[in-house]
Amino acid sequence: MQTAADLKKGEKAIIKDVSSNNIPIKLLEMGCLPGNEIEIIQLAPLLGPIYININGSRLAIRKGTARLIIIDKPIKNE
Amino acid sequence: MSRQIKVTLIGNPNTGKTSIFNSLTGLNQKIANYPGVTVEKKEGICKLDRGIKAHIYDLPGTYSLNASSIDENIVVELLLNRNHKDYPDLAIIVSDVENLKRNLVLFTQVKDLRIPTILAINMSDRMKYKGIELDLPYLEKHLDTKIILTSNRTNHWIDKLKNLISNYNKLPSTKFIDPKLIDPEYFKNLQRTFPKQELYKLWVVICQDANFSNVDKNFLANSNFETKSISELKRLQQKETIKRYQLINNILKVGQKVDQSKAIGFGAAIDRVLTHKIFGYVFFFFILLGIFQAIYAWAIIPMDYIDSTFASLTEWVKMNLPSGAMTDLLADGIITGIGGIVIFIPQIAFLFMFISFLEESGYMSRVVFLMDKIMQKFGLSGKSVVPLISGVACAIPAIMATRNIESWKERLITILVTPFMTCSARLPVYLIIVALVIPNETIFGFNYQAIALMSLYILGFLAAITSAYILNMILKMKKRSVLVMEMPNYKIPLIKDVLYTIIEKTKSFIMEAGKIILAISVILWFLATNGVGDKFTNPENHISQNIELLSEEELQTKIAAIKLENSFIGKIGKTIEPVFKPLGYDWKIGIGLITSFAAREVFVGTLAVIYNIENYDDSKGKQRELKNIMLHETDENGNKVFTLASGISLLLFYAFAMQCMSTLAIVKKETNSWKWPAMQFIIMTLIAYIVSLITFQLIS
Repeated sequence: MQTAADLKKGEKAIIKDVSSNNIPIKLLEMGCLPGNEIEIIQLAPLLGPIYININGSRLAIRKGTARLIIIDKPIKNE
Repeated sequence: MSRQIKVTLIGNPNTGKTSIFNSLTGLNQKIANYPGVTVEKKEGICKLDRGIKAHIYDLPGTYSLNASSIDENIVVELLLNRNHKDYPDLAIIVSDVENLKRNLVLFTQVKDLRIPTILAINMSDRMKYKGIELDLPYLEKHLDTKIILTSNRTNHWIDKLKNLISNYNKLPSTKFIDPKLIDPEYFKNLQRTFPKQELYKLWVVICQDANFSNVDKNFLANSNFETKSISELKRLQQKETIKRYQLINNILKVGQKVDQSKAIGFGAAIDRVLTHKIFGYVFFFFILLGIFQAIYAWAIIPMDYIDSTFASLTEWVKMNLPSGAMTDLLADGIITGIGGIVIFIPQIAFLFMFISFLEESGYMSRVVFLMDKIMQKFGLSGKSVVPLISGVACAIPAIMATRNIESWKERLITILVTPFMTCSARLPVYLIIVALVIPNETIFGFNYQAIALMSLYILGFLAAITSAYILNMILKMKKRSVLVMEMPNYKIPLIKDVLYTIIEKTKSFIMEAGKIILAISVILWFLATNGVGDKFTNPENHISQNIELLSEEELQTKIAAIKLENSFIGKIGKTIEPVFKPLGYDWKIGIGLITSFAAREVFVGTLAVIYNIENYDDSKGKQRELKNIMLHETDENGNKVFTLASGISLLLFYAFAMQCMSTLAIVKKETNSWKWPAMQFIIMTLIAYIVSLITFQLIS
């Protein structure tokens, strides 16, 4: 099972499931919903937060939250 | 005939809501606090045709009607309560043209509360750069609202918007979604239990997080309605959000065309540098350096001007008003005290300018992103960076800026350590003492005084970080730490908006500090010029030396000194002197320390009042410069009062001591208990006393 935390910088994937109870509602409202595309824009050093683009919303979330976003296989970005 | 209507501006953060507010109201606005909380309430007046007067309210930015902070809760509470005195006749939903989909989620929620709405699509000037085209008639029809394209860079839309507002009673107040579509069973059941209530409103009430919200939910417990577990509620909220996105997507598919090939954006390129793991930090460091440089290099010019203006004002008062107690009070007490505070206006204005610039441009979020991991090691959140930086201007707005920190523990620690940051009120104290005891010489091209000042700022930051680390170890609190932060588009801040911020913040700073300084100056002046006993009334009988051997000037100085020592303030000062003596301070500095517990900047005013009464040189009708008086100030044995040891001890005292009543009041409000401000006050003062004691004893 892959999560958004496994993605590398520049990679994209389709969100499969976000049903964990620990996912903040705010993140869902910002567009983090099944079927939407998630893209990693930047990773902060020292396993810091990740900078993502979902559905046109650009957000920073911590690794721990990213682990709750279940994804399909990464889409190769050429 | 004049009619009053209430209009609220609602929108996601970073959509330029405040710019629209400023355009509608101009400077015709006032900022107050919502009762009981320190959330800023911005209200302005906009005059419309047909004698309609619109009261415009700029609500805090929110992403949805599920409040996750006290700021957002303000919005929800207002919109849920029809009996609220500010309940809107009309809501203007401000949205960002580049992220219409997400912005419309909030729009549809407000619409479902049956509030008449206007949709303002802001930053419409960016449409052509982003290849966006909108079919407004289609969107108006399917969203069932009036739409206006607005932009912070043009003005032609303002009259059109005013016109829409004045026709507020023609706006539709239909619902967007039928809640029963979200989960038929649950909502049918809910409606059956509360047949008289608006279904969606009930749902919003049920969803409110008890941590932030005071929305009354008792009616639920008292009914036979089966409440759901938190995870089930969450599942329903998720369904609601998905449903809204679905419907919005369907509308936007037809109503919005985005041609990606036409989109030009520098945002991604800028982000690659500004959030880079090395260049990002380098850039941030230079930004900070630039801010400090600017504050010191630029602010000096207006500060010198203000200084000389106040000096000549005092002189003018002394020369032109009949001499007597009132004139002395005015010149030595009030004008001197006020002058001591007005002189910081340039630096405070500069600081607020930079901070507002960093926030408005969208850069602050990048700093949070870069710093989050490092700050977490100290028990803070990346979002703590904003209060810590703002704390360099003033701890009060800084502590208010902690509100968007999700975890209570991280927020509390940030609140507790922010006052260690060197705020602008410490600056005058630092400047005068550094100038007195640190030589004005250079080493490797760097000025000793500048290095000393810089060290004090670094010291403040280290104190904040270290105590955060310790607090994180000590405080036993459940920590559920999350970070969800929008990275807004970069934009060049509007000069007008930055100016408004500067004017508002500086004005309130001056008014608040001015009141305290005025009161303390008057009390001090009274206590210093009145006294009882023979030594006060007949000081010339108590001069130990032979009077004939003294020149007239020396005699007057002696008399003034004896009078001051035996005035009320002198008696109080002498009583408390033993407490401060081990730190290297005489009773006059002791009085300064006591009065500056109200506010740090009062210290300089206090010394000015005390020394002026003593040293006022009547022959020339002129005051001597405070710094010169302090330089020559000696104790009874003829030793200098301001030496390197006592000076550094004093600087350190100011670096650590919690001397600001307003900050304590804010901490009390934000933490909702006296425990935290009391702890903060006692511990910080103890640290200050111990550090100063050790330093003075070591150096002297």
